[in-house]
Amino acid sequence: MTEYNFAYLDEQTKRMIRRAILKGLAVPGYQVPFASREMPMPYGWGTGGVQVSAATLTPDDTFKVIDQGADDTTNAVSIRKFFENTAGVAVTEETEKATLIQTRHRIPEAELTEDQILVYQVPIPEPLRFLEPRETETRKMHSLEEYGLMHVKLYEDISQHGDIATAYAYPVMVQDRYVMDPSPIPKFDNPKLEMSAIQLFGAGREQRIYAVPPHTKVVSLDFEDFPFVASKANHPCDLCGAEDSYLDEVILDDAGNRMFVCSDTDFCRSRRAAGHVGRLGTEDAA
Amino acid sequence: MQAQATQFAGGFSNTPVDAAHAFRAAMTVMARPGEIRTLSGAQAPVPVSGAAATLLLTLCDPETGVYLAGASDTPEMRQWLTFHTGAPLVDAAQADFAVGTWTDLLPLKTYRIGTSEYPDRSATLIVECHALAQTGATLSGPGIKNTSQLNLPDIPALQANSMLYPLGMDFFFTSGTQVAALPRSTQIAKG
Amino acid sequence: MYVAVKGGERAIENAHAWLAEERRGDTSVAELSTAQIREQLSLAVNRVMAEGSLFDADLAALAIKQSRGDLIEAIFLIRAYRTTLPRFGASRPVETGQMACDRRISATFKDAPGGQVLGPTFDYTHRLLDFKLAAEGEVTPTEQGTPREDVTPHITEFLQGEDIIQREPESDAVPGDLTREPMEFPANRALRLQSLTRGDEGFILGMAYSTQRGYARNHAFVGELRIGKVAVEMDIPELGFAIEIGELELTECETVNQFQGSKTEPPQFTRGYGLVFGQSERKSIAMALVDRALRWEELGEDNLGAAAQDEEFVLSHSDNIQATGFLEHIKLPHYVDFQSELELVRKLRREVEERTTAHQEAAE
Repeated sequence: MTEYNFAYLDEQTKRMIRRAILKGLAVPGYQVPFASREMPMPYGWGTGGVQVSAATLTPDDTFKVIDQGADDTTNAVSIRKFFENTAGVAVTEETEKATLIQTRHRIPEAELTEDQILVYQVPIPEPLRFLEPRETETRKMHSLEEYGLMHVKLYEDISQHGDIATAYAYPVMVQDRYVMDPSPIPKFDNPKLEMSAIQLFGAGREQRIYAVPPHTKVVSLDFEDFPFVASKANHPCDLCGAEDSYLDEVILDDAGNRMFVCSDTDFCRSRRAAGHVGRLGTEDAA
Repeated sequence: MQAQATQFAGGFSNTPVDAAHAFRAAMTVMARPGEIRTLSGAQAPVPVSGAAATLLLTLCDPETGVYLAGASDTPEMRQWLTFHTGAPLVDAAQADFAVGTWTDLLPLKTYRIGTSEYPDRSATLIVECHALAQTGATLSGPGIKNTSQLNLPDIPALQANSMLYPLGMDFFFTSGTQVAALPRSTQIAKG
Repeated sequence: MYVAVKGGERAIENAHAWLAEERRGDTSVAELSTAQIREQLSLAVNRVMAEGSLFDADLAALAIKQSRGDLIEAIFLIRAYRTTLPRFGASRPVETGQMACDRRISATFKDAPGGQVLGPTFDYTHRLLDFKLAAEGEVTPTEQGTPREDVTPHITEFLQGEDIIQREPESDAVPGDLTREPMEFPANRALRLQSLTRGDEGFILGMAYSTQRGYARNHAFVGELRIGKVAVEMDIPELGFAIEIGELELTECETVNQFQGSKTEPPQFTRGYGLVFGQSERKSIAMALVDRALRWEELGEDNLGAAAQDEEFVLSHSDNIQATGFLEHIKLPHYVDFQSELELVRKLRREVEERTTAHQEAAE
C-alpha cells in the first residue's frame, strides 16, 4: 500500500471532497453532488464514508469504525485496517478516545463531544427516493420545499397500521429546511442527531455528501396527534444491565431462547468494566 | 528574479499532511461559526495572508475558478496561484473562490449564490481582515450552541446574504495565520 | 455464558488465503500466465478494458487472473486502479474514419467503397463444440491479403450526401467526464454515450433487445460495423503540435434507423451510435440501439414509457460495479435495522390482536 498517497486518495480527489463537505456544512441537510471515485472496496460497503474519512483524517487522528454499533464486525475491521495501512492513523475501539468515528447504521450510545467527528456510511441518501424514484423530481421537491408526499406516506401508515411503519432511516427535518435521510440508523438513534460533534454523511455510489454541523436543529418528522417515539426492545442488556441502550436480539438455542445485548459493543464493555452486570453476565466478563 | 523566487516558494512542505491539517481547521470553523483557528503552512506573495494562502492551496485546483480581488491581484500572486494550484483565474461572477479585502471584494451581488436545485454552486469568499476577534456581531444557528460572537466587516450586507438561505455565499475571514468562517446558514444580530 | 462472535480480522485473513488457493486451483495443472490470458482470452480482456474504462490489455489480463475469471470482479479491479492514476491531459478525438479496419460490414448496402470485410468473426461458424481444441489448439497460418491503402469511408457519409439521414450537430465543446463530475439529469448525449460504453454488456444488451421486441421499437439497421485500430494523438503545448502517442483497438457501430418524421423533423433516417474498446461487437450494436432509443426527445418522438427511453432508468442502472456493490452489500450485517423492524412488526401485531380482542369482547 506504500505506493498510494496518505489516506489513499490523491490530493485532487480530496480537494473535491473537501469542497463538497464545506458546502454541505454551509447548507445542513442538503445533498451536495460529488464525483465519487471507485474505491478498492465495493460500492454499498461504505465507499462514501471511506472517501469522507479519507478527506478528513489527519495523521494525528485516532480512528474508530463501527458497523451495527460493533467494532469487530468484519466490514468495520476491514475499513479500520484500510486506514491503518494507508493513513497510518492510530485506531481505537473506545468511543471516548476516538477523534473520528466512521459508522454504519448506529450512533454510539456515549454522548459525542465537540472534538469528535462522526462519519456515516449512507446507501440511499435521498429520503424521498422510495416515494419518487426520479432524481430530477426529488431535486425539484427539495428545491421547492415540497415535502407533502412524505407526510402523506407517514400519515397513510398511521391510518393503515396504527403506527408509522418506518423503523430505521427515519426521515428528519434539518434546520427547518431540508428533509434528510439520517442513514439506516434505528429511529431510536434519531434524537442523538442533535449533538456537539460534526456529522458528515457520505454516499459513494449515489455521489452525494451532506452534513449536520454541531447543535443543528434536527427534528424527526411526526404529527401533533402522533408524536415521534424513539423505540427499542423493552429489555435491559443481558450482559451489562443497561436499560437505555439499543439492543441486539441474539438467538441462543434451538428452543428459541434469546438474549438481548447492547449493539454498541464499546458501551457494553465499558459498563461491564465499571462493574455493571446483566441477567446473563458475569463479574469478570471480557 | 524576485517574482520567480516567490512564485515557486511558499507551497506546502508535505502536501497531503499539511493540506489535511489545513482542511480540518477550515472545516472546524465552517462547522462552528465564530470559532477562530490557526491556519498555516503556505505563504503567498504580499499582501495575501498565510491563512488565505493555505486555504487556496487546500481547496483550489484546475477544477475551481479563483477571483483575485483588488490588491491581491498582482502578477506575483497570479503566478504563485497558477504554479501551486493550476486554478484558472476568473471574474467575480464565475468564481468558486474569491480572495481579497472586504472593500476589494465588493459588490457582493456579483458572486454566484447557487440555484434552488443546486445551492452548493455558490462562491466562497476569503475575506482578508486586519484582525479576528470574538466580539461584535452575535451569531446563532447551525454549528452554534446558543450564540457566538465574531467581528464582521459589514453586518447588514452579511444579514442580507443569510436572508437568501439556502442560497447565498459562504465566507472565510483570514488574518495572518488565523481563520474564522460564516456560512450562509448563520443568523446575525448586532452586538 | 454468552460470548459475542469475535475474531473478524483473523477470519478475513483466512478467507483471503483460501481464496488465493482456490484461484490457483490444482497445482499439478500448469499456472496460467497473463500473456496467455491476453492472447487467448482476448474477448474477455476486451470486455474488461471496455467496462473498466482503461485500455491496457496486460492489466486487464492480470485482473482476470486475479478475479478467477469473474469479469465483473476484474472490471472492478481495473476501475479501482484507474481512478488512482494521474491525468496528464486529454487526447484529440480519435478519427474512426481513418481506422485500419480488420472487420467492416454493412447491412444496408450490398457493397460500398471499402467493401464488406468479415474479419475474425464468430458469424457463420457452426456452434459445434470443437473437441480437437480440447487436445490442442494450434492453427495453421492462413493466407494473408494485402492491406487496403485507402481509408475506408463511413457508410453513413453516403446517406449524408443524399441528405436523407439526420445531420449531427458539430461541436468543439469539451464534453463532460462522468468519471470526474457527478452525473446530472438530464444528461447530454456525450455523457449518455460515456455511460453506455462502460455500462454492463448484459444490461445494455437486454435494453437493446427490449427495443427490438417493441418497447420503443426504433427499426434499426446496422448501417456499419467496423473493428480496427485508430491512432491516438495528443497536443503537446511545448511542441505546438500533436504527436501520436499510441493506438487503440475499437469497435464502432452506426445504426440507420427508419424515422417517419415528427412535429419538428422531416421524414429521414436517424442514427444510433456505439463505440467500445477492443473487439466488442455485441456491446457496440446494443449501445447504438439504446443510444437511439434515448434520443426520442431531441427527435420529437413520443415517450412510449419504455424502459430503454428512460434516461434516468438506463444510466442509473447500467454500471455493473455500482450495481454489484449495492446488490452484494445486503449480505453485510443488517441486524440493527432488522431488529428495529422486528420490534415494529411485533408492536403492529400486538395492536391488531388487541383491537381484535376488544372487538370480540364488545360483540359478546
